Amino acid sequence: MRLLTHNMLSCNIKGVTNGYPLTIEASKWMAKEVDFNGDFLRNIFVKIEWKVLIEAAKVMGYTDLPVEVDSSMLNSDEFLQKFHHALLEIHVEEGALICPETGRKFPVHKGIPNMLLNEDEV
Amino acid sequence: MPRPELQAPPEIFYNESEARKYTTSSRIIEIQAKISERAYELLALPDDGVPRFLLDIGCGSGLSGEIISEKGHHWIGLDVSPSMLDVALEREVDGDVMLADMGQGLALKPGSIDGAISISAVQWLCYADKSAHQPRLRLKAFFATLYRCLARGARAVLQIYAENIHQHEMIMSYAMRSGFAGGMVVDWPHSSKARKAYLVLTCGSTSFISSLPKAKGVDGETCSDGDDSEDEKNHTVCMSERNRARKKMKITKNVKGKEWVLKKKQQMRNRECSVPPDTKYTARKRKSRF
Ligand SMILES: C[S@@+](CC[C@H](N)C(=O)[O-])C[C@H]1O[C@@H](n2cnc3c(N)ncnc32)[C@H](O)[C@@H]1O
Repeated sequence: MRLLTHNMLSCNIKGVTNGYPLTIEASKWMAKEVDFNGDFLRNIFVKIEWKVLIEAAKVMGYTDLPVEVDSSMLNSDEFLQKFHHALLEIHVEEGALICPETGRKFPVHKGIPNMLLNEDEV
Repeated sequence: MPRPELQAPPEIFYNESEARKYTTSSRIIEIQAKISERAYELLALPDDGVPRFLLDIGCGSGLSGEIISEKGHHWIGLDVSPSMLDVALEREVDGDVMLADMGQGLALKPGSIDGAISISAVQWLCYADKSAHQPRLRLKAFFATLYRCLARGARAVLQIYAENIHQHEMIMSYAMRSGFAGGMVVDWPHSSKARKAYLVLTCGSTSFISSLPKAKGVDGETCSDGDDSEDEKNHTVCMSERNRARKKMKITKNVKGKEWVLKKKQQMRNRECSVPPDTKYTARKRKSRF
């Protein structure tokens, strides 16, 4: 699971109003090379919760992302490279995603988050 | 053989051996790829070369997702069958996949997705596979959350194998109630075999119904149920002609080879990053993008 996906995921257990962001617990992660595309990054930037991306990257030991960002930085290649790496190349392989409201754990195994709900959570 | 939907719940029906077919049967692969190509076409993404972030609902082994990757976009997929997702992992699909049941609603943040496709999956919602399942509630949860997670103006194209007109109507009505505009595009309506129904939905644009895309094989290309095979052939010709046109436009760019990828992966390993193992799939040839 890439941090792009994590940035978009929220918990949808019935009755939960604050299911975002899910906290990452990771025991194994890896980096996979992905083709760089600046247009994709410039386009998706407005949809990314920056604080959530920073925190997620930190869990995996990546701390190069700037804390403050604005759209003018999308012209900087150096910034885009870091954004690219954090968003698309870091993968959570083993661990869990934790709902901030209920503490419910969604396991991540072989890079696949298990978001299935129990019947009483629907 | 009864319909798959009548045999077992999807996570049971799509077991290891069924999932295996999605990597070994060239027939299944070809059919799914064709439907996916058409669904992608109906998505009508802006023709500006900018890669988008798309969703594949019932992504299975990633056959449909691979079409999205070929077009150069990023995607996430969800599926309720672990065996299908295992095959997706094995095939090293470019998208992220997750185990989830669309009938429980999509756990995605509002406005996050630029477009959604679903190939041969949504009709499963019409069946109550567990005592707690109520098809109507599941359809409602699915469409309401699909609407919410799509960006304004985005489309969803759902190819559906409904069992009967009643199911079609039920699916349509829940889509409309969730706020979608759109309708059904039926390709090859006169052929029982080649007939494919696509529910084309748009988020936040009401003038859309009048401009619903044209179906294939409706006028001029009619065919009776009797000559399905002919019809399939027609369809094939259609598709390959389109592909040919696209190939001509292809700009030959410098493709980085397997050697380059292996070297890069080694570099990453040296930097103490964990990197996926090298397999026969590593840096395999993919079709051109755009
Ligand atoms: C015919 S397969 C198609 C797979 C893939 N889209 C393709 O084109 O190769 C249908 C898929 O829908 C999935 N499916 C059925 N019901 C589902 C549900 N409620 N939630 C998520 N996926 C579901 C099945 O597990 C199966 O993988």
